[in-house]
Formats: sequence, C-alpha cells, structure tokens
Amino acid sequence: MSEPPGVIAAAWAIARKDLTVELRTRAAFLSAAVFSVLAAAIFLYTWDPTAVASIDLAPGVLWVIFTFAGLLGLNRSFSAELADRAIDGLLIAPVRREAVFLGKAFANLIFVLGVQVVAIPTVVLFYNLSLGWGASAAIAGITVLASVGLVAVGTLFSAMAVNTRLAELLLPVLALPFFVPVVTAAAQATVLVINGRPLSGAVDWMRVLVAFDLVFVPACTMAYPFTIES
Amino acid sequence: MGATARPDGGGSAASVTRDAALAQLDRPYGAVFWVAIAAVIATLVRIAYFTPIEASQGPAQKIFYIHVPAAVTALYLAFALMAVASVLYLWLRDPKLDRVAATSAEVGLAFTTVVLVTGPLWAKPVWGTWWSGDARLTSTLFLWLIILGYLILRQAVEDRAQRARYSAVLAILAGLLIPFIHLSVYLFRTLHPQPIVLKPSAPSLPPEMLATLLMSFASFALLFVALLRARYRLATIADGGLADGTASERDG
Repeated sequence: MSEPPGVIAAAWAIARKDLTVELRTRAAFLSAAVFSVLAAAIFLYTWDPTAVASIDLAPGVLWVIFTFAGLLGLNRSFSAELADRAIDGLLIAPVRREAVFLGKAFANLIFVLGVQVVAIPTVVLFYNLSLGWGASAAIAGITVLASVGLVAVGTLFSAMAVNTRLAELLLPVLALPFFVPVVTAAAQATVLVINGRPLSGAVDWMRVLVAFDLVFVPACTMAYPFTIES
Repeated sequence: MGATARPDGGGSAASVTRDAALAQLDRPYGAVFWVAIAAVIATLVRIAYFTPIEASQGPAQKIFYIHVPAAVTALYLAFALMAVASVLYLWLRDPKLDRVAATSAEVGLAFTTVVLVTGPLWAKPVWGTWWSGDARLTSTLFLWLIILGYLILRQAVEDRAQRARYSAVLAILAGLLIPFIHLSVYLFRTLHPQPIVLKPSAPSLPPEMLATLLMSFASFALLFVALLRARYRLATIADGGLADGTASERDG
C-alpha cells in the first residue's frame, strides 16, 4: 500500500468502485435498461409494418437507442463524483490522471454493454429478427467496437459537461456529433449482418469502428488531464 | 491596440479604462473592414452582371462563386486557424491564442452558414433536390453543428482558463473527427449508390469565370481577415474589460 499503484491498477480500482456503487444501487442501470425497452416499444408503435420491412428498420432503432441510453449512463459518470466533492479525492490520489479517465471509461463501457444486453434482445424480439450464432457473434463484435469509441468520447465530455453551467444538458450537444461515425458504421454493419450478406461488407464498416477506437481512446485519454488541472 | 489607460488602482482609473474600452467598442471595424465590404460588393456585381451564364446549369451556377469561396474560407482559413490556435493554446497557455480560436470559430460559423444556405439553393434546380446524403454536404453540416456546440460550451463556462482549456480540447477532437464523418458518409454512399451522382467536377473554367472566382476568393479572404480582426478586438475587451486586456490577465 505504500507504493502508489500503476496506471492499470489505479484505473481498475476506480472502475471497480464505480461498478460496486452501481451494483449496490442499480439506479442508473435500471433506468437505462427501462429506457431502452420503452424506446424500442415507442419505435414499434410508430412503425407501419406494411410500409417498411422490420429488417430495414431494426438496425436504425437499435443504434438510436444505443446512443441515447449511452448518454444516460455517461451523464451519471462524473455527476456522481460531485456529491461531497468526491472528485477532489480522486484527483489528489497519487495516481496519474489518465488512470482516473481510464477507470471511469472502463466502468462506463461495462455499463453501456450491460444496457445493450437488454436492448439488443428487446429489438430482436419486437422486430421479429431471426439471428443465427454467426450473426449474433458479429453483432456482439460490432457492439463492443462501437461501445469503446462511444464511451471514450462520452466519458471525456461528461467530465467537461458536469463542470459547466449547463451540466448534463451540454453532453448531448458535445457528444452526439462524435457519435455520428460510430452509429453510422455500426448500423450499416448491422444491416449487412441481419440481411445475411457476406461478412466482408460488415468487416469494412467494422474497420471504421476500429480506426475510430484507435484514434479516440488515446486522444481522449491524453486530453483528460487538460480538462481538470487548475 | 493602443492602451490609453491602465488600472493604477482606485475607482477613477477603472472608469477611465472603461471609457477606453467603450471607445474601442464604438469603432471595432477599422479601414480593412470597409475595404473588404467594398471588395465583396464589387465581386457580387461582377458575378451578377459581368460573368457569362453557364450553358447547362443556367444562372444557378453563379451561386458557385459564393458557395465555393465561402467553403474554402471557412475550412482552410477559419477552422485551420482555430485548430492551430487551440493546439498552441494547450502548449503555450497564452489567452490571446484562445481568443484567436474562439474568434475564428465564430467567423467560420458565419461562412459555413453561407455554405449551407447557398448549397441547397443551387442543388434544387441543378440536382433536383434540396438535400442529399452527399459526403461533403453531411460533413459540412456536422462541422457546423460542432462549431455551434463549441460556442455553446464557451458560453457555459465562466472561469476563463477553464473555458480556454475545454474549448481547445473540443476543437482538437473535432479536428480528428471530421475525417471520420467524411469517411463514414463516403462509404455509406458507395455502398448504396444514389440515383443522382451529378458531381460538379471542376471543369477548366473559361477565363471570365475563373477571374470572377479568383476575385471572389480574394474578397472573401479579405472579409474573413476584417471580421476576425473586429471580432478579436471585441473578445479582447470582453475578456479583459480593458483596452489592454492581456495586462490584467497576467496580473490576475
């Protein structure tokens, strides 16, 4: 305990703290999961099945829900630290600031993936999609790749937004333009997968997701210290 | 930036500097601005009366002389300057660089708005549609939205140094994002080809048209410099509350 922990160990400790809080209260997860089901239901009842085939609509619905449910979780990430100025404790801890970011981002990633575990089967059920094992695995891969990029950018903007006058109102304004390439690529890959097209087309879109992750995870990790120094 | 008064302490000094600031507010434009306005008017007159009408697109093609220079000015002058100033700010921490970034963002937003308004006006008669899923169009729209978000962010942060750091981080990430938006929309289009692939691939322009275009580029660039200068002065006054804002910032 006398040695300050390394970046990975510190990040893991912070992620575990956030996940423990979430596991004990389940407040944010339940609201995001219920939101996903509600949103899928609303899309279902605004949809005319005679005009648009469900297979054409489902990917869009899935990734729109993903975006907004993600925002719900991300907003909470840093606002939870405002109570009793808990963020000050994190920032004076003898760990690198990058570790704080990575820990927060990892907890958010688990959160977003957890919500997707509810959202994807809901959409599959409501839109009557039949997915084989291969398609399910491909969608799981797309979801992980898309979530990493979304969470990297969203965690950074969440850290910034809570310190502004607009607080959580600002997060969508900042983050949504950054979600555009992620959601576009994920939705297009999903379209190809659920239509049973050859995987090579989906792989092209997944390359865009990989490139996004490779650029924005390091960029946001490096940018985070700039947002908190005083 | 003539500093006519400095705060030596005491209420009277503060009111003197306030007067100096107000005096600057009265004339933020200067000669460059009026020269730029004259150049833009001259360009518009040339576009309307002294440039031949294009054979296949008709008069609508004349929008091109406004649309393209506005886009080039926004992207390669305003937003390039914004990105460079933001990177330099995080390195050097000079408040002037933050003001340059904020000012270029605002002026760039104005030019991008011109691009987004003139684009559909041209597309309706020529493409037959106001809007299409074209890559360049979509990336311009999102660039415009990001700049709006940038300006909203600036409004939402009171502490000057914090505002500058947040803005710089957002501007740099936005610079990384634009290629991705372009790429995803470009891929989207090639996978689902649109019925209208009418691209204005730059044909070699006749000399009269080229002259108009070059004149337009020059006058838009001049207008950009003039607006940037005027807006920068206002930002200096707003930040410092003084004619010589940087002095008080260093002290504070």
